[in-house]
Amino acid sequence: MSLNKNIIERWQNSDVLLLGGSAGSFSTIFRIIRNFDVDLNKSVIIVIHRKKNFFSEIEKLFSENTRISLREIRDKEIIQDNTIYIAPANYHTLIEKEKCFGLDVSESVWYSKPSIDVTFESAAEVYNERCTAILFSGANQDGADGLLSLRECGALTIAQNPLDAEMPQMPTAAINIDAAEYILRTDEIFELLQYN
Amino acid sequence: MNDPHSVLTDVQLGELIDLIKKIHGFDFSSYSKASLKRRVLRIIQNKKLQFYDLKHIIVNDQQFFQVFLDEITVNVTEMFRDPSFYKALNNQVIPYVSTYQHIKVWSAGCSSGEEVYSLAILLNDAGLRKKSFIYGTDINSEMLKEARKGIYNLKKIKSYAENYQFSGLKGSLTDHFTIMYDAATVHSELKHNTLFSVHNLVSDGVFNEFQLISCRNVFIYFESELQEKILELFYNSLAPLGFLCMGSKETIRSDKFKKKFKPINIKENIYQKIVS
Repeated sequence: MSLNKNIIERWQNSDVLLLGGSAGSFSTIFRIIRNFDVDLNKSVIIVIHRKKNFFSEIEKLFSENTRISLREIRDKEIIQDNTIYIAPANYHTLIEKEKCFGLDVSESVWYSKPSIDVTFESAAEVYNERCTAILFSGANQDGADGLLSLRECGALTIAQNPLDAEMPQMPTAAINIDAAEYILRTDEIFELLQYN
Repeated sequence: MNDPHSVLTDVQLGELIDLIKKIHGFDFSSYSKASLKRRVLRIIQNKKLQFYDLKHIIVNDQQFFQVFLDEITVNVTEMFRDPSFYKALNNQVIPYVSTYQHIKVWSAGCSSGEEVYSLAILLNDAGLRKKSFIYGTDINSEMLKEARKGIYNLKKIKSYAENYQFSGLKGSLTDHFTIMYDAATVHSELKHNTLFSVHNLVSDGVFNEFQLISCRNVFIYFESELQEKILELFYNSLAPLGFLCMGSKETIRSDKFKKKFKPINIKENIYQKIVS
């Protein structure tokens, strides 16, 4: 399958790219952020399941390997273009109408904090169709409901093809509830994100 | 979470906020909306309510209102949450405050008391128990009842034990508890120098002068202007050169207060009151 015009245009018209993943998603997301151009003109929000109390090198590793600015999210931080934001461990990340982040320490969702569902659901209300979201490999079903909310609000929703996912449960859960408008191979995801 | 039948518009959320303020006196108008909305939606979904029903019982059912309050004020907390914070407190703040005659501590938004007892353990470990006093306050009186008991489910204590190990304190967390069946009760000497009482950061004022105020992961529920208002309250509640501890992802955004608080540890968000 080659990428159709609709998907490319909707990606190009998005203000924000949401990337959600868990076990097995790290290297794919790492490759994506390495390929971004300096003039991406979008905000990128990454929610990867991570454990508390383990000093994580994700921010360091990612920021050394991307051309655009990257940081861990802080409460009430204004969401800016050409910036990659990473959801911190042991908080849920929500998005306020004023396009700033709001953090929350409430109960884990699908045993996860940060939960992809929480971020996706709140992004759906704020960005509507001006948003692209991709759900990657993972060993539980977090993110599926959130992706569905995004789709219902008109966002471009993509699940990584479970055949390409180290842990297929997460994209499969999204596909099963019809949350993913497109199911793309990893190479196709890379190709799509190259259009600017 | 996703139920297409339960939606909550901004207008409805506003109506609810007005109603709660009028009937129950709690002002949620400057709370962060995304989080608040999610909490309210959770109740609507869990209790299978229509918005109209929710309004009706908020007005007429005091018992339900308590359940509602428990749900919308997030009461998730841990002992020794962010162990590196407690390490920093031990290394950078304790040596300083230990020179005082009395150490008064305020844990603001203490929920079921986990942070109060974490601080009590830390002060006890530093040999400062007898001259320190910790005030735990929260908007939710039911939570304070739990806090006063100091009894926690053993399962929870086990999950806090990992935090404790990382905090660098000696021994293990269970050394500070009496364990019976599946309940762990905090040692009574740790409870002696604590006091729990209702205080609403939105509407209540200064009630004492403190050497240390800890308010971690409470600001995240407030919009920026309210955060600034509470910073003022904390500034006025601190003794000269007193310490303010915020959650590690929270930020003093107001220029006015950036000048009034000197960062002591940027990563752990510990500040000291500057007296001008």
